[in-house]
Amino acid sequence: MDVLVIGGGAAGLAAAIEAKNMGVKVLLLERDRSTGGVLNQCIHNGFGLHVFKKELTGPEFMEYLWEELGDLDEVIRSNYTVLKIDHINREVFTLSEEGIIVFEPKALIMATGARERSLNSLRIPGARVTGVYTAGVAQKMVNIYNRLPGKRVLIIGSGDIGLIMARRLKIEGMDVVGVVEIMPEPGGLIRNVVQCLEDFNIPLWLSHTVFEIHGNERLEGVTIGKVDENLNMIPGTEKYIKVDTLVASVGLIPQNELIENFVDVDQVNRGPVIDDFMRTSVEWIFAAGNNVAIHDLVDFVYEEGKIAGKFAALYALGEKLPEVKYEFKRGKNVGVMLPQRFTGTQPFKMYLRPRKSMSKSEVIFSGKTIRKFGWKIRPSEMIDLKITNFEQLPKEVIVEVNEIG
Amino acid sequence: MDKKMTCISCPIGCELTVQLDENGKILKIEGNRCPRGVEYATHEIIDPKRVLTISVKVENGVMELASAKTDKPVPKNRLNEIIDFIKKLKIEAPIKRGDVIVEDILGTGANLVVTRTVKKRN
Repeated sequence: MDVLVIGGGAAGLAAAIEAKNMGVKVLLLERDRSTGGVLNQCIHNGFGLHVFKKELTGPEFMEYLWEELGDLDEVIRSNYTVLKIDHINREVFTLSEEGIIVFEPKALIMATGARERSLNSLRIPGARVTGVYTAGVAQKMVNIYNRLPGKRVLIIGSGDIGLIMARRLKIEGMDVVGVVEIMPEPGGLIRNVVQCLEDFNIPLWLSHTVFEIHGNERLEGVTIGKVDENLNMIPGTEKYIKVDTLVASVGLIPQNELIENFVDVDQVNRGPVIDDFMRTSVEWIFAAGNNVAIHDLVDFVYEEGKIAGKFAALYALGEKLPEVKYEFKRGKNVGVMLPQRFTGTQPFKMYLRPRKSMSKSEVIFSGKTIRKFGWKIRPSEMIDLKITNFEQLPKEVIVEVNEIG
Repeated sequence: MDKKMTCISCPIGCELTVQLDENGKILKIEGNRCPRGVEYATHEIIDPKRVLTISVKVENGVMELASAKTDKPVPKNRLNEIIDFIKKLKIEAPIKRGDVIVEDILGTGANLVVTRTVKKRN
């Protein structure tokens, strides 16, 4: 086998499609019963505007990818868990119903996606009661298994999945009390604040969080309250809310347990350092999607998967790929950023998140303005920049985002 | 009078400013990065509409639910009525993505379309 893909979400499927189109032998390993990843349960629309030039729901986007891949049985192995990667001997150890199988691919693509942050990580006082779910788990219950988590729900965290679940649970007949967000701004896209909360008269409490969880076995209620600018609870603002369900949408964590011990890791992205070919610091291992950094749009994840698929295939065919020549370094106001390295041999897309909201701004590469934004940019909305001109760039490019008057 | 709104035609979410005269007629729309912003703002002032995404119960399928959507935006003020109607529906597997379950749902001009293929249970 030439190219092995780990993970069958949007990035992995796109990588497999592209590698297969390049004419190499490709295999995709999926931990779940079928591929599609989170697309399977994201029945709302808004997917595919860049890639397919139309607005699709998650399952539609997923089925488009299946059709693009063609014979699924030829490429996909479901119910496979990857136990370990030996990056020196280039071996991938897997566990499935067939037992332990060791693959020796010429190139590997990591498309392991992200995991939800759990409410426990917030250290809220109270017992660990039944009735507390992450947004993704609630989404799977409702959209795949046809089960409602309860009757009356508060959402904690205004990330996109939280906002979408507020609407979804309301449509399915739950009493959705509101959404609390600890930050002064919503965590998800404004589009979702409008169509998920405002349209359904669901309140959004900014600078608010859950102070305490009540109940012994089953959730009985929560105390919410206001926080100050340092995110400390303000005494006297407490309010008791009776709910039997608490849904947490408090962030996603890239999943890199399999490679984080031997690849260069970007501590801000919480994913592998990659270049414009989606290569990690280990030359036969590529990566794409939410395991590299958390994205907003599946379209971007798909595009990264395609790039990884193409160059992993070329690498597997024995082609000598160009070496990294330039490096991006974070300057002022730059949060999530990828790629961190590039070869300067092809135009590529760079993604970044500003550290704070700015109404007018410019992106600067080592003192030179390369893009101006006349509209508001926010940490919750990833910016994509087309980079086509490298001639005058130094080997180490300092990236900054500045507010302009 | 100026009315501010966020365009929800795509995930970019342009912040639009709509200038209205005293009769509520649109004079100018600003802040959009593509023509869909103008279309959205116009609709939002005259007759706000949304695409509804929802699930429909499936009998004898490998899944209990099929995801579905209206193939056109439907009036926002009729969403609850349409949701109640869809909740009473049951469809029989197998179904294919793109199958129309209800034509011209409650006279809105939009069809209810399945967005997921659900095979028949063996």
